[in-house]
Amino acid sequence: MLWVDKYRPKTLDRVIVHEEVAQNLKKLAAEQDCPHLLFHGPSGSGKKTLIMALLREMFGPSADKVKVENQTWKVDAGTRNIDVELTTLASSHHVEMNPADAGFQDRYVVQEVIKEMAKNRPIDTKGKKGFKVLVLNEVDKLSREAQHSLRRTMEKYSASCHLILCCNSSSKVTEAVRSRCLNVRISAPTDNEIVKVLEFIGKKEGLNLPAGFALRLAEKSNRSLRRAILLFETCRVQQYPFSSNQAIPAMDWEEYVMEIASDIMKEQSPKRLFQVRGKLYELLTNCIPAEIILKRLLYELLKKLDSELKHEVSYWAAYYEHRMRLGQKSIFHLEAFVAKFMSIYKGFLIATFG
Amino acid sequence: MAPLLRSSQPWVEKYRPRQVKDVAHQDEVVRVLTNTLETANCPHMLFYGPPGTGKTTTALAIAYQLFGPELYKKRVLELNASDDRGINVVRTKIKDFAAVAVGSVHQGYPCPPYKIIILDEADSMTEDAQNALRRTMETYSKVTRFFFICNYISRIIEPLASRCAKFRFKPLTEEIMSKRILHICQEEGLNLDPEALSSLSSIAQGDLRRAITYLQYGARTFGSYISSRELISVSGVVPEEVVQALYSACRSGNFDLADKEAKNVIAEGYPVSQVLSQLFDIIVQSDDITDEQKSRICKKLAEADKCLVDGADEYLQLLDVTSNTMRAICNLPEQFSYES
Repeated sequence: MLWVDKYRPKTLDRVIVHEEVAQNLKKLAAEQDCPHLLFHGPSGSGKKTLIMALLREMFGPSADKVKVENQTWKVDAGTRNIDVELTTLASSHHVEMNPADAGFQDRYVVQEVIKEMAKNRPIDTKGKKGFKVLVLNEVDKLSREAQHSLRRTMEKYSASCHLILCCNSSSKVTEAVRSRCLNVRISAPTDNEIVKVLEFIGKKEGLNLPAGFALRLAEKSNRSLRRAILLFETCRVQQYPFSSNQAIPAMDWEEYVMEIASDIMKEQSPKRLFQVRGKLYELLTNCIPAEIILKRLLYELLKKLDSELKHEVSYWAAYYEHRMRLGQKSIFHLEAFVAKFMSIYKGFLIATFG
Repeated sequence: MAPLLRSSQPWVEKYRPRQVKDVAHQDEVVRVLTNTLETANCPHMLFYGPPGTGKTTTALAIAYQLFGPELYKKRVLELNASDDRGINVVRTKIKDFAAVAVGSVHQGYPCPPYKIIILDEADSMTEDAQNALRRTMETYSKVTRFFFICNYISRIIEPLASRCAKFRFKPLTEEIMSKRILHICQEEGLNLDPEALSSLSSIAQGDLRRAITYLQYGARTFGSYISSRELISVSGVVPEEVVQALYSACRSGNFDLADKEAKNVIAEGYPVSQVLSQLFDIIVQSDDITDEQKSRICKKLAEADKCLVDGADEYLQLLDVTSNTMRAICNLPEQFSYES
């Protein structure tokens, strides 16, 4: 088992990083009228871990016995029938799903599937909980209509069904949904907290961890705990015992983006643009999300630029990312950004060096 | 709702007024509706206003008071955005319900000779569906009344709006809100000091539902004594220091510092839309930047807000806003120099 899974805290008491949040959640779980919850925070900060621990706190060990189901719902949408396919993860007390997977049909999932689930009271009343829990992932990816549909469902069936929503950016969740939930902000762990966790794991595994090394891992991980633990494990495989100046491998796609960035800086011509296009395609076909490529590319470029250019480049990055969201083919917008950058940089070079 | 499960209900539901006269702060509407209760005469209605001002509550309460619990099912049809309300539903379900003649009268309630159709969140109905309603409303006006409820009246097509009596629901004033909150505190045995009370009213910004929800969450997590700091932490308002740090990074004119602050905001998981609106407050109120600079910054804030609604990346938008703010404050030209 990977260390990330092996050392995932199982109960709220054993959480190391977000202790305060965990204690509050524990109090909530003890009450009957636990409100709807909205967990938001950057990836790798421990949202999912906390949710699972919370469910365990509420329902005991039976929350662990989950089964994966791939169900198809037939939805009657007036003139036609639509089949909605969705994977759910269900125990006897909770159902977890990712409604945004249904794409543009997510409205039907919310209107039919979730409402149906929310309507039915749990049969098992001998347990002390008279409600069940629906965990919805990536609610920020839901369309506006789907989020609107969620509003009244949340109120009407609140006695028998409690929702736990989970998302990365709560700006994309409508105000109406947000105001019906208790917002739980999960911040990314600081470097010191990551070091603490790494030392904890090191001790459990019986490893000898040089002092500076854990800190370097933490800095490299960009405040993502998952990333840090994965890196830690990779380093363990590469070289043990650790030396404090051991090389920490970067992700291969990051190196690739770095390469693209230096390509762009070296030469600004249509020919180079064509080559870069090939590389961008390579990244996209390897399932790296386009906005992550763009952000990383901006990060790499900003490192090399003069401050007067930084404003301009970050403006265009935001501009093309917005365009990308509205459009369909992300390669166009990535390429447009690269072309724009080349033109700006060329202009800058000519103005400075003649 | 089954009384058995009452304890597990959110307070918003628990303290929802059951009678029209209990609805706070909306005097006009209450006056018209009490009149309706006496004379049993009522036009089509359109309730609009910001969230949490009591629109749905009022509609449900009047329906309940008119018909009583037994006839309620037969006489009232409640549809909201969680139901499919395409044109097909309007043509079949609503029309069928509207066409049915009214039956017996139940003792003890006014039971006027019509049915009520409540269309909640009507602004999320499609235009086609709204158009299909027009004729239905007129044809069956003898036996059916429509109540539309929406946040934005501009999303309701003009022909529908002109067929209804319009009522605007005002955001609640702080006094009224405090009175209501104190009442709940008393019922629930909570201890709320005046400072916490006033900060709760100001966070909620006229939205009573939000105030009650925060109050409940605060009570659940912090016990029966709640201070104002704890309420702020529950409400998801970004702490003042964070926004100030961002703003002073903009003033410093150092791009890398601003970039670092923007990354920090994202890593801490604060909602960027909230950060932007608080940044807006700071900028509008600050004395040492000129009006021209302010307007330049605000223009960008508005653009970024729209982009966020479209689903653009939070970090890039925030970075763009900070970079623009910095250029405005440091009097750098608005046009980029190397753009061709």
